[in-house]
Amino acid sequence: METIIKGLKTNRAFALFSGLVALLLLIAIMAPVISPYDPLEAIMKNAYLPPSAEHLFGTDKLGRDNFSRILYGARYSISSVLMLVAIIFVVGTTLGILAGYFGGKVDIVIMRFSDMMISFPGMILAIAVAGVLGGSLFNAIIALTIVSWTKYARLARSMVLKIKKRDFVEAAVVNGGKAVHILWTHIVPNILPLMVITAASDIGAMMMEMAGLSFLGFGSQPPAPEWGLMLNEGRQQMQTAPWLMIFPGIAIFITVVIFNLWGDALRDVLDPRQEN
Amino acid sequence: MSKKQVLARIGQIILVLLGISFITFALIMLAPGDPVRQMIAGNQDIMVTQAEIDALRHELGLDKPFIFQYLSWLGNTLQGDLGFSYMRKKPVFDVLMDHLPATLILAVASSVFMMVFAVPLGIFSAVHRNGPVDYFIRGLTFIGVSVPNFWMGLMLLWIFGLKLGILPIVGGRVSFDTLILPMTTLGVVMASKYTRQVRATVLEELSQDYVVGARARGMSESHILWREVLPNAMLPLITLFGLSLGSLLGGASVVEMVFSWPGLGLTAVQSITYRDFQLVQGIVLWIALMYMVINLVVDLSYNYLDPRLRKVGK
Repeated sequence: METIIKGLKTNRAFALFSGLVALLLLIAIMAPVISPYDPLEAIMKNAYLPPSAEHLFGTDKLGRDNFSRILYGARYSISSVLMLVAIIFVVGTTLGILAGYFGGKVDIVIMRFSDMMISFPGMILAIAVAGVLGGSLFNAIIALTIVSWTKYARLARSMVLKIKKRDFVEAAVVNGGKAVHILWTHIVPNILPLMVITAASDIGAMMMEMAGLSFLGFGSQPPAPEWGLMLNEGRQQMQTAPWLMIFPGIAIFITVVIFNLWGDALRDVLDPRQEN
Repeated sequence: MSKKQVLARIGQIILVLLGISFITFALIMLAPGDPVRQMIAGNQDIMVTQAEIDALRHELGLDKPFIFQYLSWLGNTLQGDLGFSYMRKKPVFDVLMDHLPATLILAVASSVFMMVFAVPLGIFSAVHRNGPVDYFIRGLTFIGVSVPNFWMGLMLLWIFGLKLGILPIVGGRVSFDTLILPMTTLGVVMASKYTRQVRATVLEELSQDYVVGARARGMSESHILWREVLPNAMLPLITLFGLSLGSLLGGASVVEMVFSWPGLGLTAVQSITYRDFQLVQGIVLWIALMYMVINLVVDLSYNYLDPRLRKVGK
């Protein structure tokens, strides 16, 4: 935490991108205040209005204001992606730490599962899982967690294996420290920075996968103002109302760019060794 | 790789396939909705009596315990019978074969597109490190990896299909003019990723001792690059090519849907939407199998390309 605050002061790029991330979060939180219209209110006589001063990004087939929907979409899309990354992070890291620390059968079971998940394309399994369970935000999160936890588990495991051999851990074991205590005070704090970096640089990619699932109809369901879903709805009106697919796409793109840049900058701050 | 290692890998592939088939099978059992009702009524709202449902369920063996159903499915699959797709009114295997060519064409075309752009750009970027062109290429690739591929597909479709009217907007068939846009969409996104990797690989090779040695002996820079560095850098790039090809065979669903490209990815999405679970199961297995076989072939090709591995293998 201290390193991050120091980084904000000394690393200009990190400060800038952190500011942009904060701005995105602010938009997401303040959506109800800054949106000019209700994102779900249908006014049929306003359907398919092109962008204008009244409706900055036009309106959709139900006459809903596209600009308000995109602002609310920030709230919806960003919060769901942060939740997804947090869940993957916790599940993957926990399993990896357990496998690395306890070894033996626990390790074999967890790692065989992980080998299996890694040996074929994840997206098709995510589609199958989300699709078979039925399209919903919750199921999309389950599906992406199932296919993405292995990366974190492998990383956490390899780091735990290294740290386990260090003197301070061995000393704690010899002194009769309980496993929970050793894990919590010696192991977790040491692997956390790199795990956090990994999670931070994953936000952008996860955002695209979530949007992709919603786009296919296996994620958020109407009338949620989720960007991937809005793109799918907009694509049917490509000819008459192209603004419906242009703006949600730009929203996803900008958000992904900001989170990717922020992730890279965070890596420089927390892990200067990797700088090149 | 020695014969033993190859056999071990094949054994591993079989284990993974078993695991995956079991997981998908279990998932399908957990799925909400009744596939039998759907089979009779389709997506329409027809009244179906419970007796009819029960009769069909018994006929299909869906009233047996889970593990029996799985074993009987496994037995059939081992004999080459992947089940029947009620969505297409055809055996699952035939549906797979119908859509395989389209997916293969798209995968190969976009992988070639990727290599054509990524390799020269990556090498150039690495050689002229931190020059203006390097920054430009890195900027472009950064944008490339941050664009959702389905959105880029839609925009290309809008611009070239609708606004300029150069390319067809109606897909559903395999031909050169319908291939261009999906190939470009997948190719650009992948090329962005791989340009960065080519750059990193070449940079790493350029910092090796043998390069310093060659420079000290007065070799020309072009000799060093073309004769010494690139042959060494090619090895990791072949892996990348294999991996991208493998993931394209399964991961292109979204782009296939945008362009109505009649490949396996689009079929997978449709089969899930229609709850045609035997087809879902078949496609997932098929894609996993292709991906793993391609990876095995890539690893085997190392044997011929890298003499060091041949010795270790023995």
